Amino acid sequence: MANKKNIKCMSGDKKSFFETFKKSLPLTLMALPALIVIILFKYLPLAGLLLAFKRFNVRQGIFGSMFVGFDNFKFLFQTSDAWVITRNTILYNGLFILLDVVLAVSIAIGLNELLNKRRAKIYQTIFMAPYFLSWVVVSFMAYSLFSVDNGLFNHLLSFLGLPEVNWYSATGKWPFILTFFQIWKTVGYSTVMYLSSLTAISNDYYEAAIIDGATKWQQIKNITIPCLKPMMIVLVILAIGRIFYADFGLFYQLPRDSGPLYPATQVIDTYVYRALKETGNVGMASAAGLYQSVVGFILVVGANLVVRKIEPDSALF
Amino acid sequence: MSRFFGRKAKDEFNDDLKINKISKKANGILNGLFGIWVLICILPLLLVVIVSFSSEQSIFENGYSFFPSEWSLDAYNFFFRLGDQLVRSYGITIFVTVFGTLFSMFITAMFAYVLSRSDYAYNKIFTFLMLFTMLFNGGIVANYMVNTQILGLGDSINALIFPMSINAFYVIVLRTFYKSIPMEIIEAARIDGCSEARTFFQIVAPLSKPGLATIGMFTLIAYWNDWFLGMLYIVDQKKYPVQTLLWSMQNSLEFMKQSSVNALEYSEMAKNAPTDSGRMALTVLVVLPILLAYPYFQKYFVKGLTVGGVKG
Repeated sequence: MANKKNIKCMSGDKKSFFETFKKSLPLTLMALPALIVIILFKYLPLAGLLLAFKRFNVRQGIFGSMFVGFDNFKFLFQTSDAWVITRNTILYNGLFILLDVVLAVSIAIGLNELLNKRRAKIYQTIFMAPYFLSWVVVSFMAYSLFSVDNGLFNHLLSFLGLPEVNWYSATGKWPFILTFFQIWKTVGYSTVMYLSSLTAISNDYYEAAIIDGATKWQQIKNITIPCLKPMMIVLVILAIGRIFYADFGLFYQLPRDSGPLYPATQVIDTYVYRALKETGNVGMASAAGLYQSVVGFILVVGANLVVRKIEPDSALF
Repeated sequence: MSRFFGRKAKDEFNDDLKINKISKKANGILNGLFGIWVLICILPLLLVVIVSFSSEQSIFENGYSFFPSEWSLDAYNFFFRLGDQLVRSYGITIFVTVFGTLFSMFITAMFAYVLSRSDYAYNKIFTFLMLFTMLFNGGIVANYMVNTQILGLGDSINALIFPMSINAFYVIVLRTFYKSIPMEIIEAARIDGCSEARTFFQIVAPLSKPGLATIGMFTLIAYWNDWFLGMLYIVDQKKYPVQTLLWSMQNSLEFMKQSSVNALEYSEMAKNAPTDSGRMALTVLVVLPILLAYPYFQKYFVKGLTVGGVKG
């Protein structure tokens, strides 16, 4: 909407299109490389969404393949797959969002209160480190713990006289494992974001509270958390906007693509990948992909509208 | 302010702050909790490192253990003797990371600058074009089909570089950063007859070093850590970047052995290849550069996150 207004303003000016174009040419040239990349790799692929309505045939290509209407979607939603992957994606992401905000805010406040500031800095640095490891690397770390023959956990279990666990087919344990590693990898990063807004809180509030005789706990409850609230709201709502997109690496690499675990680890992203690369069902994969894109889009836009109502300054658009 | 009140008032104020600090006991509990989380962050990685230096016999007896009965360099020797694939993959990753980061930074930095200029006529429409990519994207299938069928990226190193060369979020962070530079400086340069490109490269970019460094680091890590594009687009395993190579080792070291030139040496090695420690050794080799660089780059992240903010 803002764009339309802008274009109207421009035509309202007496300058012709050509004049404007010529005047802004040097800057346009600087934007051009990025624009080309955006168009080639972000907009052109949207043409691939057509495949959701086609029966793909390699020889006929994307545009030549036969049009089949909503058949792919019919097949997708007839199976229980659609329900399972939607449920898994939303439940996992919902849990991650909740735990992330609670833990990150708690850790940030804790680090901020530590008496030894140097030590707090060291903690922060170490907590953030897992964020920079790839999921493939993390999957090997997890493997050193969960491997059936050699894993640390199974050796500990047998040492304690307990039965060993076949971790890579124990479906019930994976919601916990996945949640743990997700938090393990990302909580330090979120903590940094909250820490930076913690240091921005004016000391005046605390001084006034001390004069009024507020305890530390009361200060945290009535000053720190309310001051962090805008940041929390924005990050949570933006995360809710992306609730339909799972972290592919977490769900694909960590369980090592183990078949028996699919009921607990299959999310939309892994489903699409497997349909595309492993079973070669392009129609089904692209139907699930378009389903994700469309619902994801609605959620992101919706989330932003909500943010704009609550915290206009923090909305993405 | 405190000077105005004089020394006495300031001391009293400091006493108040001291009272406001948490108790020694609470501090101890916090340190204990954080200490545990530090161990949880570090121990899995330490285990991988120790296993990579354990002998196969020791792993056979004790499993993956923090205290192997026998240390050994077999896993690393294996890679150095038969590791032409490792060298090739490292080469590909280094090329992709260096070239990709330079290319990505070049286009992102210029684009963000143009968008930060409120006097630019197409500002709004290009900002929208960029923001829209954050809201709606084709997903894996659409990208894969178009990139392989139309753009010819299938099994090509280009597939590892260009699809991730622009990130709308980084553009927003940089744009915010540029906006903090006073417009007067840019105006002054223009009056002195400085071209737009020169204004950017000689005045704006040097002033934006902290922001550029942060985004550069993020991009660098993203390229180094990428296994997904390699897994999706690269068919010929010889062209795998290291992360994808590591992924392909999840089940066996077979491929590493096959890629060896010397068939005789292969058959000899195949019998007693250090499979278990070998995988962990490769994990260590993949993660080592990140770990070595981490102490230097982590401060940029903290700074950059503080500077950029969420919104422009």
